[in-house]
Amino acid sequence: MIRRQFTALALGAAAALSALPGLAQDKPVKVGFVYVGSINDGGWSQHHHESAMKMKEHFGDTVEVIEQESVPEGADAERVLTQMALSGVDLIFTTSFGYMEPTLNVAKKFPKVKFEHATGYKTAPNVSTYSARFYEGRAIEGTIAGGMTKSNIIGYIGSFPIPEVIRGINSSFVQARKMNPDVQMRVVWLSTWFDPAKEADATKALIEQGADVILQHTDSTAPLAVMEKAGGVIGFGQAADMAEFKPTPRVSSIIDNWAPYYIERVQAVMDGTWESVSTWDGIKEGMVQIGEITDAVPEDVATKARTMMDDIASGTYHPFTGPLNKQDGTVWLKDGEVADDGTLLGMNFYVEGLEGSVPN
Amino acid sequence: MIRLEKRPTPSKMWTYLTPIVAVLLTMIAGGLMFAALGKNPVEAIRTIFYDPLFNEQFAAYSRPQLLVKAAPLILIAIGLSLGFRAGVWNIGAEGQYIIGAVVGGGVGLAFYPSGSPLIFPLMIVAGGIGGWAWAMIPGLLRVWFNTSEILVSLLLVYVAEQILASMSLGLMRNPEGGGFPGSRNFQQWDAVANVELIPGTGMHWGVVAAFLAVIGAYVLLAKHVLGYQIRLTGAAPRAARFAGVSPSRLILTCMGISGALAGLAGLFELTGPAGQISIDFNSGYGFTAIIVAFLGRLHPVGILLAGLLMALTYIGGELAQFMLSVPAAAIQAFQGMLLFFLLAVDVLTNYRIRLARTDTKTGAA
Repeated sequence: MIRRQFTALALGAAAALSALPGLAQDKPVKVGFVYVGSINDGGWSQHHHESAMKMKEHFGDTVEVIEQESVPEGADAERVLTQMALSGVDLIFTTSFGYMEPTLNVAKKFPKVKFEHATGYKTAPNVSTYSARFYEGRAIEGTIAGGMTKSNIIGYIGSFPIPEVIRGINSSFVQARKMNPDVQMRVVWLSTWFDPAKEADATKALIEQGADVILQHTDSTAPLAVMEKAGGVIGFGQAADMAEFKPTPRVSSIIDNWAPYYIERVQAVMDGTWESVSTWDGIKEGMVQIGEITDAVPEDVATKARTMMDDIASGTYHPFTGPLNKQDGTVWLKDGEVADDGTLLGMNFYVEGLEGSVPN
Repeated sequence: MIRLEKRPTPSKMWTYLTPIVAVLLTMIAGGLMFAALGKNPVEAIRTIFYDPLFNEQFAAYSRPQLLVKAAPLILIAIGLSLGFRAGVWNIGAEGQYIIGAVVGGGVGLAFYPSGSPLIFPLMIVAGGIGGWAWAMIPGLLRVWFNTSEILVSLLLVYVAEQILASMSLGLMRNPEGGGFPGSRNFQQWDAVANVELIPGTGMHWGVVAAFLAVIGAYVLLAKHVLGYQIRLTGAAPRAARFAGVSPSRLILTCMGISGALAGLAGLFELTGPAGQISIDFNSGYGFTAIIVAFLGRLHPVGILLAGLLMALTYIGGELAQFMLSVPAAAIQAFQGMLLFFLLAVDVLTNYRIRLARTDTKTGAA
């Protein structure tokens, strides 16, 4: 893992300086984006698209952006990527986990084209990977959830039982337990990233089971809409701020912010300094943003959440710090020990205290 | 006033003309839609229909891809067309496609990492059996309990999708995949990789199977007694019964063939272009094949052409998306128009348009 120190502002200034006088390139840099959903899905793909647009805005005419939405993962992705590469793009962002193998296959055939694959773990000389440490945001949500629940039951709407999602469950649970040792967490698995009807049903079921705080790892606003109707239940914006549900039920949110990364990588192509990296950025770098914590959160809880945010940003605190045991009671992290990225990236176990098992 | 008059026999001319007219009408209506979206309609239509075939930049890659994309569509559509002709409505080819891939892939993975040349043929057989068995469920339920095979086969698609998700997350998950969902990649396992047989042609075993299916179906319908029974049952079910055709056997045969072919398509796709069992492995081939079957007039050669045309709209549609920033939904609407116009123009095969003066006495209502 290569961690980068970087701020959008400094980079923006640098870009402006370097791009203006030269315009050495007679041709604009051509950048392709491939999305798994439609660009107005309200969640994952939309945020990648909006970040791409911010990147385009930043560079203006020196960049040409081409996009393809709703590309199924698998065989179709490989064809789409090949056609994009043939059309003469310099850099392609493949923004879904399932594009991993197609990206690598196409990258092999087009060594001069550079690829950036989101959330994967395989790289090549012309393939980078990038992802965000969303579990840092989950720790903040867990703190608020543990501090606010009265029924001591927190609901969690899971999508697929992959490391990314399991990390989020563990992270929020660990912090919720710190705020309130009696907290129980109920996880519902939906096997989808986006299905408003299913998400709404899951939310209702969790409320019936007594949950008064519900976290979601699915992308629609349906859960918040159900919570608003039910009353007395709080939740969080996911991937987007979902500000329309402020001040309650949405008491805070995790926002994906890819724009600084996109700007940096396109700049690297312009400068000829692009090389394959594995990026996993979090709150510190701004890739994970925490949306406004509303007044519905009691002051002491909000303060604790903000302190944690600052500590994570400054690097003085890691959400997975020992002592922590695995669900079966075996020691995972000793007192003061911090989880390593390798374990986190492949996380397929629950921490102690969580009920149920990771489905497979 | 325009009046439709039923033809005594379906017009031969219109049977052949309908698809062509439908394509032309789609181009016109689609062009209008692209124009309304602020795109140059001529350029959009050219990108969809011409560029994948003849554009210097893309054609060398896109042309073979046409076969790759069309093969599963043709293979599935051929199977479906036999049933459709006999009035057996298998709508769930998508599910049979999934189960074929899961069963065939599972059999293969049981032998991983063996290099035996027998594994791939074994997987093919298993894939066919998987699809066949999945189609037997609605088939047998129809024969035993007279349930609707339309509903049962369709609903089984969603069951198959759940099985697929469970397989990619559990039983078949790649142990070296770092906990991520999805099986091992079959493309990277040389003994079973369904690679291009002749480099640069896109020709893989699935394409070969599709061509064989076209020829097989043609011969079956033209020469074989089963083909005769299928045609007869479709045209006159009562007469077929008197002629000694067992409806139950015909239902099971048609469901079985279509299921097996869909399963084969899944297996070839799995070991070839798709590479691995994953949650999103199925990409709608089973449903699109229904359109292909009807676009091809349920005729083997027609289906071959329709499959290629459909593949062209997909590949050209993708080009149009990123070259002209046409939204994905517009491409889907464009494909939908194709079926819509086909069915609309199809009326001309069975009906004649008459321009008649309204008779004041009877036409007042």
